[in-house]
Amino acid sequence: MIQAVMLRARRLDLRSVLPVASLFAVLVPMVAVQPNTFSYFGAVMLLNLGVPIVFATLAQLAVITANELDLSIGSFVSLVACIGATLLVRSPWLGWAALAGCVVLYALVGALIEYRRISSVVVTLGLSFVWNGLAVLLLPSPGGTSPGWLSTLMGFQSPVIPAPLLWTAAIGIGGHFLLMRSSVGVGLRGVGGNPGAMRRFGWSVIRSKAVLFGCAGLLGVCSGLTLLGLATSADANIALRYTLLSVAGVILGGGEFVGGRVSALGAVLGAITLTLASSFLSFLQIAPEWQIGLQGMILIAVLSLRLVFRGKGARR
Amino acid sequence: MRTTLAIRDTPWLWSVAGALLVGVVTSAALGLGTAANMLSATSAFVVFTVLVGLGQMLVVTSGPGNIDLSIPATIALSGSVAMRVMATHDSAIVLGIATVVVMGIVIGLFNYLLIRLLRIPPIIATLSSSFVLQSIAISLGRGGAAPPPALENFALSRIEGLSSLAFVALLITILTGGVLFRLVQGRSLSAVGQNARAANLAGVRVEWVRCATYVACSVLVALCALLLAAFSGGATLDMGADYMLLSVAVVVIGGTQVSGGRASPTGVWGAACFLFLINALLNASGTGAGVRAIIYGALIIGVTTIAGGSAAARR
Repeated sequence: MIQAVMLRARRLDLRSVLPVASLFAVLVPMVAVQPNTFSYFGAVMLLNLGVPIVFATLAQLAVITANELDLSIGSFVSLVACIGATLLVRSPWLGWAALAGCVVLYALVGALIEYRRISSVVVTLGLSFVWNGLAVLLLPSPGGTSPGWLSTLMGFQSPVIPAPLLWTAAIGIGGHFLLMRSSVGVGLRGVGGNPGAMRRFGWSVIRSKAVLFGCAGLLGVCSGLTLLGLATSADANIALRYTLLSVAGVILGGGEFVGGRVSALGAVLGAITLTLASSFLSFLQIAPEWQIGLQGMILIAVLSLRLVFRGKGARR
Repeated sequence: MRTTLAIRDTPWLWSVAGALLVGVVTSAALGLGTAANMLSATSAFVVFTVLVGLGQMLVVTSGPGNIDLSIPATIALSGSVAMRVMATHDSAIVLGIATVVVMGIVIGLFNYLLIRLLRIPPIIATLSSSFVLQSIAISLGRGGAAPPPALENFALSRIEGLSSLAFVALLITILTGGVLFRLVQGRSLSAVGQNARAANLAGVRVEWVRCATYVACSVLVALCALLLAAFSGGATLDMGADYMLLSVAVVVIGGTQVSGGRASPTGVWGAACFLFLINALLNASGTGAGVRAIIYGALIIGVTTIAGGSAAARR
């Protein structure tokens, strides 16, 4: 009995080591190549781009907690950026209403997936084309402007500690407490772990999935708006790569595809690692055509690393 | 009760009926002459969708959550490699066909090994492999070569108004259907898709079947890439982009069960014709790319919702 508990604790340890270890694996050679990484402005420049990716990763985390997968988050973030660059500037009320509508639609899709017991992969693949179509209708060619308050917010400079570092820390700790420590969070993770048991316990699985997808939509809105604040203009395809990055971030953070086993802090670290990794690739001056392939390779490497860590935990 | 049984047995009926309906509406709206031209165009353009659809159908049938996301990258890579190998020489056509088949086998094996060795969901495995393939395709071919004249002429030729390619696709479909419904290997695939554990206990070599499925899918896609490059006068890097959504759409709309275990090659044809005709109607009425994407996406979600899934087959 005690042995089993020890084994569990050790496996948990290994799982939380993975994101920290991979962060250092990227950070150390990066500082060696480019010592300015550690300066105030270096950190701001590198981490700024990470903020929307952290939000998108947490959105994916919410969906993976529900044992589903979201292939539409990239095009959703792009759509939010397009809404922000057009409607939110021209008529703020309409813009906020559109964003709220999108979040509600996300929650409804979550409920629909559970209600009809259909494949979230196929539904979100279809959904991604709906988001992309809407974004193209709103903004046929790249452009638009970011609302003034948004640029000010993202351009905010804090003393001593870089603002994006504060941002990501706050997001990570907030997410950790909501998902890991609050009773609602434990229940939601339970829905991913054992839906049958939670149903017998009196929880509505449909409502839980709607809540989790709604959270994903909300975080997707945050991601799109912060991205717009940084980029100051939008494009219907601006964030398509976030779909892959968000899944990779969650897994790198020690999450599992099934069973509601996720870690909010780990996912934040994973997202930052991936952001830094792509900057690192450009530091090394790798030809642009190989960058996308290397990202795929990094993903494959991360997934095999996960296997190694899990294997060790099981053997002890 | 009887009618529901009949509908369950013929899942392709809806897509074929849909295609016929849109066809009739189109000919009523545009006149018979235009409709005949359109039918002829349909027979050519549908071929590529059918081939990738058949590949995707096999993968989807192999179990819940199985989808091949590397299709666009496979098309880009094998198309450009084949055009390079043939280098516009008619004598090298056989070599070109052999090349795409080998490439399909290699890509399929790569996908399968990622899934098997890393134990990751097929979606993530094929997504990451697609990034690698895409990079290779970009670094290999800037400005793809033209196809050999004989192959191009064949791709553009017509028999009785129907494209010759349609007959190639028909042959491949009959072969696929024959393997699926008549041979042990095909029946094993359905068994694995319905319940992998039960199939394993019944003596089906589950991992072999899965491996063969991914290889067959990539080979079909690679063949499609060859024909597509020949038809459009050369390989381009983004020629596969449209086929990601299309491949999933024709499988879902064609009545193949998304949770696996039930395939429908006829449905793939019906759905491919249906989508092409809808696309043509939208183009004729001057609708933009945005609205088209929304309609396709909504169709997929709608059909999946109506078809529903089973309790055991989520994700």
